[in-house]
Amino acid sequence: MKEELFISGRDIPNTDPFLHIWHWQIPIYLYLGGLAAGILFFASLFTILGREKEMPTTVKWGPFLVPGALVLGLFMLFLDLKHQMYFWRLYMTVRFESPMSWGAWVLMFITPLSFVWVASYLRELIPSWNWKYKWLWTVEGWVIKNRMVMAWVIIFLAVILGIYTGILLSAFNARPLWNNSILGPLFLVSGMSTGVAAVMWMSKSHEERKILSRIDLLLILIELFFITHMIMGALAGSQVMIQAASLFLGGEFTVSFWVFVIVLGLLFPATLEILELFGYKIPVAIPAFLILLGGLVFRFIMVEAGQITRYLY
Amino acid sequence: MRYAMAIDTRKCVGCSDCVIACQTENNVPLGYCRDWITETVDGSYPNVEIELRSERCNHCDNSPCVRCCPTGASHIVEGGVVLVEHGLCIGCGACIQSCPYDARYSHPEGWVDKCTFCNHRVTKGEKPACVSVCPTKCMYFGDLDDPDSEISNALKNRKHKVLAPEAGTKPHIFYLI
Ligand code: SF4
Ligand code: SF4
Repeated sequence: MKEELFISGRDIPNTDPFLHIWHWQIPIYLYLGGLAAGILFFASLFTILGREKEMPTTVKWGPFLVPGALVLGLFMLFLDLKHQMYFWRLYMTVRFESPMSWGAWVLMFITPLSFVWVASYLRELIPSWNWKYKWLWTVEGWVIKNRMVMAWVIIFLAVILGIYTGILLSAFNARPLWNNSILGPLFLVSGMSTGVAAVMWMSKSHEERKILSRIDLLLILIELFFITHMIMGALAGSQVMIQAASLFLGGEFTVSFWVFVIVLGLLFPATLEILELFGYKIPVAIPAFLILLGGLVFRFIMVEAGQITRYLY
Repeated sequence: MRYAMAIDTRKCVGCSDCVIACQTENNVPLGYCRDWITETVDGSYPNVEIELRSERCNHCDNSPCVRCCPTGASHIVEGGVVLVEHGLCIGCGACIQSCPYDARYSHPEGWVDKCTFCNHRVTKGEKPACVSVCPTKCMYFGDLDDPDSEISNALKNRKHKVLAPEAGTKPHIFYLI
């Protein structure tokens, strides 16, 4: 039996023939959110573990990227809104059922915290830095005294932020490719891995780089495991799930997914990091750049591909 | 009270009058529509079966579009009708992603638009524009909670289905088959 479906008289912009309501801004938003979450997670983790001395870039320098990333990310989200003048409505209510709502709120808390985190290290890192007003000195003293508390709050928010970047997509039952429970953890791990890669690239200490490289290797393995899990889960699912997975298995996203995400973004940098462990000299910029690029491409592919998957009836 | 619509796929001829009526009644911008015609062809010649359906927002009971809206712009009013409050909508598109029927679109002015079951007519006791113009009278509209309403009778006497029931949305547009 053959079934064909014609939709006559409908050619709505951004909806027909395929849904394309989220554009390039959303993958960048998700990417920057994940990257920021990854950097903040490890900055606070090593603070909690009391290893700031050993990991100065992770704890002190890396977070300098975060405020910029978060503000730019929020700006990307804003750019893709169609009714921009009403943006403030987002912050007039909290709706826990809507990931878009609680995610926006998490960003509202974690962004200022990241500014405070960075500011509290300014004087230590830039000796010539001077706070202009007296009250800023008082605040700084208070923040430094309570840094541990802040680290716990940030680590908690960072995990939520990282997971949110995946749940924003996975909460849509109408888009079968996204609608799986592994996407939240997958985006979290992928975000962490890009965060570690960025810090690794910045770090000047060989010892620190080595620790970061091992963490990154572990994260890449977990990510590969989650991706396998996602595809197998889809293949074992209903017809719409199978069709969603087939976009990566012979469908139109096959090449971009396997070449840019799996091979160049995960397997190749992982191999370089393993070689590094065995003592080969590899410029850190190569694996770090590939991981950062792979993460970005992954989000672009997921957002694009997910939108064209739908229910069949 | 629970409003619903039943559409007779055996009477519909796919003339698109309902589409035009809706566009006129609701000032739908050029190039957009809140309802549309779908044609499903089953089998191959000479055993072909065609089904024509006038589709629109299903005013779902378990509506993902209302759930995922971050501002509460998408909401449910009396009779189970799902509406969008323009002044609350930020145009984030979450509800468009969440609808298994692609029944929503982004209005050129920024907010999200879709079928309202002609709430402005229905609250005055009239029928939705699409129902009132259908030349084959293949659409039935009314209150499901009233056992004597046009729609309750239509569903009592005929076999019917809803679209993508597996999406779990509990749609309230029924197709008589
Ligand atoms: S058909 Fe779509 S827009 Fe209408 S209520 Fe259901 S999910 Fe929402
Ligand atoms: S586009 Fe408007 S109605 Fe839809 S989820 Fe966003 S704010 Fe709500």
